[in-house]
Amino acid sequence: MSTLQKTPIIEIRDLSYAYPTDDGSASSNALDHVSLSIEEGSFVSILGHNGSGKSTLAKMMSLILIPDSGSVMIDGKNMSADDVTEEDILEARRKVGMVFQNPDNQIVATVVEEDVAFGPENLGLPSEEIRRRVDEALSLVGMSKYARHAPHKLSGGQKQRIAIAGIIAMRRRCIIFDESTAMLDPAGRKEVMDTIERLNKEEKITVLHITHYMNEAVRGDRVIVMDGGRILMDGTPKEVFSHPQRLWNARLDVPQTTELLYHLKKSGYDVRLDIFDPGECAAEIAKALGKQ
Amino acid sequence: MAQVELQNISFIYGAGEPYEIRALDNISLTIGGSTVTGIMGHTGSGKSTLVQLLNGLLKPTEGKVILDGKDIWEDPKKIRDVRFKVGLVMQYPEYQLFDETVRDDIAFGPRNMGMSPDEVNARVLEAAQFAGLKEALLDKSPFDLSGGQKRRAALAGVIAMRPELLVLDEPAAGLDPGGREEILNSIREYQKISGTSVIIVSHSMEDMALYCDRVIVMEAGRVFMDGTCAEVFSRYDELISVGLDVPQITYVASELKKYGLDIGRDVYTVKYATAKILEKVRGDNA
Repeated sequence: MSTLQKTPIIEIRDLSYAYPTDDGSASSNALDHVSLSIEEGSFVSILGHNGSGKSTLAKMMSLILIPDSGSVMIDGKNMSADDVTEEDILEARRKVGMVFQNPDNQIVATVVEEDVAFGPENLGLPSEEIRRRVDEALSLVGMSKYARHAPHKLSGGQKQRIAIAGIIAMRRRCIIFDESTAMLDPAGRKEVMDTIERLNKEEKITVLHITHYMNEAVRGDRVIVMDGGRILMDGTPKEVFSHPQRLWNARLDVPQTTELLYHLKKSGYDVRLDIFDPGECAAEIAKALGKQ
Repeated sequence: MAQVELQNISFIYGAGEPYEIRALDNISLTIGGSTVTGIMGHTGSGKSTLVQLLNGLLKPTEGKVILDGKDIWEDPKKIRDVRFKVGLVMQYPEYQLFDETVRDDIAFGPRNMGMSPDEVNARVLEAAQFAGLKEALLDKSPFDLSGGQKRRAALAGVIAMRPELLVLDEPAAGLDPGGREEILNSIREYQKISGTSVIIVSHSMEDMALYCDRVIVMEAGRVFMDGTCAEVFSRYDELISVGLDVPQITYVASELKKYGLDIGRDVYTVKYATAKILEKVRGDNA
């Protein structure tokens, strides 16, 4: 059995971390004995209020921060071992990419295709290979026709898709999205979420999506809820959102469908809570009220 | 109660150049009074341009901005006074904190208005309280605060000028659900106590539904809709057609009609939907 099991793309064991303070005094742990394993090809949403440790976790998984104790394994290789070389770390970073919140902070070139080429160029690839990868990446995010446009004239959603293309062109197997939809309007958010979903389903890229939007979190196949530097909940969206009270206590929210069903349940109607689609929600209510 | 009247306003970026963009197209609108007004619209619809016209950061290409009965551009040298009357909290205002302590940062506006140290101090304490900042934080460096606290400090810096009109561009963007609720409740509370007119620009339909009395929807440089939340959200098909969205609960209400459960088109909060559904069912069984 164990030989058949695939190596997780990221595995974290008993990891703790506290940010250093100016005066050397002890600060509380941003991450407190966290263990976690991310299967290759999965789509994991990470929720948690500001300060819950989710961004610190993301920085650990992309090897930007080094843990105080515990270990981070990327593709089966322990990055916290004593004999890890700089080359090993660079190699691991080539597997995990990150897309940040502010689209304007991630664009470096004045032409879209040059921006996407920036990463592959720095990998020292031959120019025909760069050309191929840039075209392919732009096509995957649906931005081919903007290849020669100036990035500053694009919408926020389009800029984020360019940033994603830049990561894909470097052939990252796992992409961490750190609130990449937070600054976008509803249409832009949908564009980016559809792109993320497609990359996961069709290109089998592992996705870790940090978000405050519950409607986005239900689109993945697993939800991890962080609170006080620990994992509070971990399960499928249906499992996690079946417990609205626990999420509200952690300063989070649930989709409005679940909130409505929760109130009806409290009023004595026999309804399920794990429904996120408005149509299904209406059907469930009709059934419970004997309206079918 | 302040009122701003926009009279036939047009605004063109790069007027006369080959790539000129008409961001606002002959808009006439009165905003203000003792209300919270929400302005929605997708990126590029003209809402940020509109907001910057209100306090004279931008000058209209055509038309007039009337504040308290006076054209704000009548004497361009006095435009600074308009900025004290119309307080603008920009998007991600925490990036604009600059002083050594939170106290000094909040005091920057009142000091520039020429107030005495005692007055400045009183304003700082009042604003910090409205914004929900604990006094113990005032002597810290703004850069040592958490994201949510920084946002509050920046908000306090504008409130300290006691503007007649408070304009906030995406005040809750990037905050977690708990943080969103806290800051929006603070703003709502501040509006009630001070009587200040508040304008909130936001993409979040759920937030608009909970905190605004009136909603203005911008599209292609024009006012596309203007009304109460109930009036605006009941036209969800049109909102979707211009790249906006409605709260998820509005879709649920629409779907419920298929099952003979009509709770109206003006459903935009979960609380209201729950009450309506229960009312319907109990009415049917009675």
